Amino acid sequence: MIGALAAITGRTALLSLRGSGGAFVGVVFFLAVVVVVPFGIGPDLNLLARIGPAILWIGALFATLLGLDRLFQDDRDDGSLDLFFLSGLPLELVVLAKAVGHWLATGLPLVIAAPVLGLLLGIAPLPLGAVTLTLLAGTPALTLIGAIGASLTVAFNRGGLLVAVLVLPFTIPVLVFGVSAASATIVGPVPFLPPFLILLALTLVSAVVAPIAGAAALRSSME
Amino acid sequence: MTAAAALQLPKTGRLTKSNAMAFVDLANPTRYLSLSGRFLPFLWAAALVGLAIGLYLAFFVAPADYQQGETVRIMYIHVPSAWLSMFGYSLMAIASLGTLVWRHPLADVAAKSIAPVGAAFTFLALLTGSLWGKPMWGTYWVWDARLTSVLILFLMYLGLIALWRAVDDPGRAARAAAILTLVGAVNLPIIKFSVDWWNTLHQPASVFRLGGPTIDPSMLWPLLVMALAMTLLFLALSVMAMRNEILRRRIRTLQRMAAGLAG
Amino acid sequence: MRLSASGLAAVRGGRTIFADRSFAVASGEILALTGPNGSGKTTMLRVVAGLLPPAAGAVTLDGKDDVAQAAHFLGYLDALKPALTVLENLDFWRRIFRSPGLPPLDALDRVGLADLADLPAGILSAGQKRRVAIARLLVSHRPVWLLDEPTTALDSEAERMLGALIAEHLKAGGIVLAATHRPLPVAASATLSLGRAA
Repeated sequence: MIGALAAITGRTALLSLRGSGGAFVGVVFFLAVVVVVPFGIGPDLNLLARIGPAILWIGALFATLLGLDRLFQDDRDDGSLDLFFLSGLPLELVVLAKAVGHWLATGLPLVIAAPVLGLLLGIAPLPLGAVTLTLLAGTPALTLIGAIGASLTVAFNRGGLLVAVLVLPFTIPVLVFGVSAASATIVGPVPFLPPFLILLALTLVSAVVAPIAGAAALRSSME
Repeated sequence: MTAAAALQLPKTGRLTKSNAMAFVDLANPTRYLSLSGRFLPFLWAAALVGLAIGLYLAFFVAPADYQQGETVRIMYIHVPSAWLSMFGYSLMAIASLGTLVWRHPLADVAAKSIAPVGAAFTFLALLTGSLWGKPMWGTYWVWDARLTSVLILFLMYLGLIALWRAVDDPGRAARAAAILTLVGAVNLPIIKFSVDWWNTLHQPASVFRLGGPTIDPSMLWPLLVMALAMTLLFLALSVMAMRNEILRRRIRTLQRMAAGLAG
Repeated sequence: MRLSASGLAAVRGGRTIFADRSFAVASGEILALTGPNGSGKTTMLRVVAGLLPPAAGAVTLDGKDDVAQAAHFLGYLDALKPALTVLENLDFWRRIFRSPGLPPLDALDRVGLADLADLPAGILSAGQKRRVAIARLLVSHRPVWLLDEPTTALDSEAERMLGALIAEHLKAGGIVLAATHRPLPVAASATLSLGRAA
């Protein structure tokens, strides 16, 4: 069964990388968001450095939600979803395997790109490390929460913005603790560790809740 | 940089023209493959010899700057890269006209192949600019008008590459990419203007000028050699990328034929 | 092995598609589901597969209700990813279904597509995709085949090939349920006719 789940993870990642450039577009979108923000608030590097972690987090959040609508839609459209049901694999684990694959292809590149984009915002080395670490810990939660939205919208052929609208409110805690952990290394007032541990807890909780909710949504979409 | 670019223009202008003529002569991909295969080794040789001479001049012959010291040598890679980032986009715009207006069979191959090469040189310009900036400004990045414009150009390159990748059928992708390239070409001056305006709004004019108009001949010559050599490198890479693209499309056609025969 | 259904009914969108349908198929038998469009052939197959819950009745395999685990489903969708090669597609489903069958290349050979193994699935014709989907039934062994219009997009030669594969599967003790409005390439052991009037 591990082999089958690894196959699902691998295929989801591979399709995301090979097909129509989903992962690539995500990173470019992330870059575009980070580039556009200074035009709105001005090129003052001191200001940008202070709010940099927040900009990176919001950029990563949007970039994560961007490609999520296709997560189950493609499998439904080509009949793969039916076969997953028949395979006898626990649907919860199928959802988890797909979310992991999706994160590897779209979330991880964002984490890797974050330090480079942080340089554009003049973030100092220590906070830059902190924001990268929080993204590594937190983006899996974003993908997992997004997977719930993707499985909910699979029934009625329209993903896109709907997934983002459904999912955004649920990502607020992740954003709050991710940004405050990262900002703690710049301005305080709280230390780094407590919000970071809560962020890890959020990721772990969503790793449990998202597969259950996602599988339930997929089951109900069959009827 | 303006002086360097101005001096560079006639030379490369000649190159573009002969290149454009070559495109007209090589209307069909097969002829392009055989002809480009013949002159590609010479192009590579010229580019590599030029690079060797240029890098030698830049690193050993040219003097250090009295203000910037040794870091000024980054200029010999930075300025040609910045110039090529715009040169590449201009070539793509011309190729896009070729796709939309003259329906030249190689135009979209050229536009598609130049995009990653242009993006790579644009990235090189940004990278060297930021490395140069570190000793000058104390940080790797400043939202300076010129750097920011290059960054936006980089984004446009990436967007075009994403568009090419998003559409499977090269014919349909070609027209969409050509339209976007031309919209970009029209928009670039507007973007440049608004970035300049935005920048002066927030801070006094750019921190320092690259070289400046009164560049000393001892620095100008290495710069010109480097600009020429990197332009040749750019062309060699683009020609190779075009060959690869043609071969890639042939493989696709062969695959379709194989599927058809087995059908 | 015996696949049986008793008192099956299906309701979709408040409309009763069929009601009180019963059948039994034993090892080596093929049941043909016939009927006009909209008579519920596809719905019946999906209910048997467990993809849709029945409104009434139950489907059992040897008295147990784990039909889904023992069934291959060939729907009108081919479940192929265009960006992956034919071989990668087949290999994926072999790993998902976990019960060993033919090696993917041998399965492709059986449907006459061994030469195309390394081509992206996206460039295949509709008939070729269909044949790859049929090869999916071979790469992992499952006793019950649920086939929805299996001959769609197939030419006469491919139909004969499908007939041979079905005959072989039946001979090995398999069970086949096929929904079709055209003659099957093998003689059906029994026919269940679904009509609107029923």
